[in-house]
Amino acid sequence: MNPSLASEIAALSLEHLTLVLISMIIAIAMAVPAGILITRRARWRPWVIGFANVMQTIPSLALFGFLIPVPLIGGIGKRTAVVALVLYALLPILRNTMVGILGVDPAVRESAVAMGMTGRQLLWRVEIPLAARMILAGIRVATVTTIGTATIAAAIGGGGLGVFIFRGIASVDSTQILAGAVPAACIALLADGGLGWVERRWSAG
Amino acid sequence: MSAIVEFREASYRIGTRDILRGLTLSIEAGETLVLLGRSGSGKTTALKMVNGLLLPSSGEVLVDGKSTTAWDPVRLKRRIGYVIQEIGLFPHYTIAENVGLVPRLEGWEETRIRERVHTLLGRVGLDPEQFGDRYPRQLSGGQRQRVGVARALAADPSVLLFDEPFGAVDPVTRLDLQKQFLALRSELGKTSIFVTHDVREALMLATRIALLHDGVLEVIAPPAEFMENACTEARAFLACLDWKAETV
Repeated sequence: MNPSLASEIAALSLEHLTLVLISMIIAIAMAVPAGILITRRARWRPWVIGFANVMQTIPSLALFGFLIPVPLIGGIGKRTAVVALVLYALLPILRNTMVGILGVDPAVRESAVAMGMTGRQLLWRVEIPLAARMILAGIRVATVTTIGTATIAAAIGGGGLGVFIFRGIASVDSTQILAGAVPAACIALLADGGLGWVERRWSAG
Repeated sequence: MSAIVEFREASYRIGTRDILRGLTLSIEAGETLVLLGRSGSGKTTALKMVNGLLLPSSGEVLVDGKSTTAWDPVRLKRRIGYVIQEIGLFPHYTIAENVGLVPRLEGWEETRIRERVHTLLGRVGLDPEQFGDRYPRQLSGGQRQRVGVARALAADPSVLLFDEPFGAVDPVTRLDLQKQFLALRSELGKTSIFVTHDVREALMLATRIALLHDGVLEVIAPPAEFMENACTEARAFLACLDWKAETV
């Protein structure tokens, strides 16, 4: 492999990873609290889940395209890419958070209340720890998907490993395509393994 | 003797359905009142009205002379021990953490919590060294139930509520737990309210039995008098004791 290709792979991998990381932090910060909120407000559930569902059903390339003309969050570049990736990552985290918390044994919840826990103590000491494994599973699925989807960000100037892939398609050069696809797949596998480990550690209790 | 818990015409309604109708009853310090009744008789509802898990739709329930609606809900619950079936333990807490829960919520010092947990586990017949660091799923049903009792006693509450606590264990273990209940009572002299549908358990543990039927209090009597009671529902329960194989 020529050294300039190797350093480009390293640079674009880092860019890719940054894109994924920022998107995931924002998605988690939005979806986990929203998921908890809809366990308290059953009436909001279909709307919130519905919104996340719709976002997921839009084909990814189209979603990136749709965002280009949108003011503030749209346009060409990284910001738009992050917005699209966040919208994509919401559903699995949101759904798993909700399912995880609703799945806490009612007897455990009732005994927590009967012991005199406040609403906040119930959430932090009982519901979140017991739902943690489920929430982490959602984050893991969302992360792995986002790593793949982030390759499309290059189509709207978001950078990352997709740059190789689009360049390879345009110039019918399989080496370029592989230079993007292989590192992306490796990152996805590593993330999957790492988050899987965290998930298992969490369930040890 | 003074009433620690007092029901005054307390009713509980869900929609148009009366779960409990005009219950008037007072529970004296040191006694064990057993609420006996079939499923759906309102006995668990009555129990949950004592620590404010449920509030009366009409009438009132007084704890230490103060209506449950006037109590701070969290303070009230921490003053009252609550034992449900073993499934109510926190699966992600060790046995020691489960037992030390209310003292920890109350902000006790760690060393004092540790001592308290140690004493209580010993008192319910579990070796603290052996069981303290285990998780509930590593214990048998009977052991978990003992932990449940220790947890309810932790912050030295004035009243203990038992919601069919021994319902899910085998008969032999149940008898062990019932004997232990009696031993703890004579040792600690706590006031208890105990819900069960098992008339044998009621007769064994109660100082008074309150029989509920369709949300109405039908009989309230000490076990010996209850045995002689003529009302249909009481006879129906007592018939459970008389059943013998040759009558089939």
